[in-house]
Amino acid sequence: MDRKQLRTVKDDLLFIGPGVAFFVGIVLISFVLGIYYSFTEWNGVDKEAIWIGVRNYIEIFSGDEQAGISALFTARFTAASVVIANLLAFVLALALTRALKTDKVLRTIIFLPNIIGGIILGFIWRFIYVNTFETIGNLTGIGFFELPWLGTAETGFWGSVIVFVWQRTGYLMVIYVASIIGIKDELIEAARIDGATGIQLLRRVILPLTVPAITVCLFLALSWTTKMFDVIYALTRGGPYGSTETFAMNIYFEAFSSNNYGLGSAKAIVFFIVVGIISTAQVLITKRWEVEE
Amino acid sequence: MSRERYFPRLLLLEILVILVAIVFLSPFYFVLANSVKPFGAIIKNAASWPETFYYQNYIEAWEEVEFPIVLLNSLIVTVFSVGGMVLLGAAAAWRMVRRPHIFSRIIFVLFVAAMVIPFQSVMIPMVKVAKVIGLTNTRPGVIIIYFGFGMPLTVFLLHGFVKGVPRELEESAYIDGCTTIQSFFFVVLPLLRIMIVTVIILQSLWIWNDFLLPALILFSRRLHTIPLGVFRFFGQHMDRWNFALATLTMGMFPIIVFFLFLQKYVIRGVTAGSVKG
Repeated sequence: MDRKQLRTVKDDLLFIGPGVAFFVGIVLISFVLGIYYSFTEWNGVDKEAIWIGVRNYIEIFSGDEQAGISALFTARFTAASVVIANLLAFVLALALTRALKTDKVLRTIIFLPNIIGGIILGFIWRFIYVNTFETIGNLTGIGFFELPWLGTAETGFWGSVIVFVWQRTGYLMVIYVASIIGIKDELIEAARIDGATGIQLLRRVILPLTVPAITVCLFLALSWTTKMFDVIYALTRGGPYGSTETFAMNIYFEAFSSNNYGLGSAKAIVFFIVVGIISTAQVLITKRWEVEE
Repeated sequence: MSRERYFPRLLLLEILVILVAIVFLSPFYFVLANSVKPFGAIIKNAASWPETFYYQNYIEAWEEVEFPIVLLNSLIVTVFSVGGMVLLGAAAAWRMVRRPHIFSRIIFVLFVAAMVIPFQSVMIPMVKVAKVIGLTNTRPGVIIIYFGFGMPLTVFLLHGFVKGVPRELEESAYIDGCTTIQSFFFVVLPLLRIMIVTVIILQSLWIWNDFLLPALILFSRRLHTIPLGVFRFFGQHMDRWNFALATLTMGMFPIIVFFLFLQKYVIRGVTAGSVKG
């Protein structure tokens, strides 16, 4: 190697090295270690983790009732939240791309919850469900507000969905707005001249051309909901009786409350595989819907 | 899309969306209005406008949460994490695009793949790793951990952007006798500023609001960030809603101010950061 080549390699290391080192040292090593721990029994304190083979994985799928409840809750929560938030965001984006006079202010307001942390939002809504809803229910007599909010599995579930939709709709809406604005004027003009009605315009022009945004928004919403932790942790702590415990919370409790680090690691690996498969499948499916302009 | 003319049906639509926006805004009203009521008034009516303004809530909450300390911790952790992440990520992304050898490609694929790893899938061994390297319970420690977790998205976004930046300016800098480091800082970084602002916005929102990672790493009260301070407060005063709501209001205040001032960049960042999910 001559001196010039040597300098190029040194520059490679200088520029690419540090970023890669932090990533490998923190994330990648942890990930690999996690796979190892998932085959062990370990309380997190002992020096040695004991190798027990696939026993943790068998435990997850056969013996662990709460893991099943958490997985089911996460699946239902994901399905409901992803669909409702995306529909609402899309409809709002259609409205906000019309010539409204207050569109900027409306966009700001609907986006606002996104910038606030999940812990704070969860506590805000606990107050609203428990205290404000009760007051409104007493004053108006509307049944919706008189439900035992967060007190039952069903109200806990819908309570969580409502908070998620309130928090994230604005983010998805901003992406849909950008995508709808990006549709070329000629296309919409041409459709109008051809006599397309509003519904036809939506189905034949706007929807097909916003599929890339739909791909992105579904991906984002799936990634938020499957990994949901802090909002519901503050809102219900998983209660009543673990009925609103997300899978991410289940992993956390298994490791850091019950000190079963091995079992927790096995759950973390299962979680990674399931989330990975769902995200990949979603991207592959929606990619196939995309059309050329 | 070009702007259409305003007509009555649009007014109807506008009123409808305004109603939706009021619903979206109402939680903030309930928090603010009740945060200046004494405890008894909240229990009596948690929807009304306060009759008298009871600022004692804020004084108590300020002291109980040690607000100046948690605010400063949040600022230090966010600024240094994001600053370092951007510098390291930009350096790596730029070099990887300009020198597309096999290692650059492997590293890039690794970063993209890592973006789908949920934090909860690596947090258990991460706590162990952090303890071994000595990163637990220190601010520099948590910042270094954020470097690791922030790198994939940072590199991914900047990598895509560098590809569109012409090489000519860098090459003329070399001819003028610049070293690689000089041309990176004085030529390349300024050219990346649009995407750097996007990265800063996205990563700042994440780190400022993050709860789980600092909760696992920072134990001492004096190191707590705003989300940890708020959470700790609730652990001790669960049902003292008057103090709790004042705490929540204070906790939200800095980031809302930040957003209202930099709104244009936040919205742009959200759209630019999502072009390729």
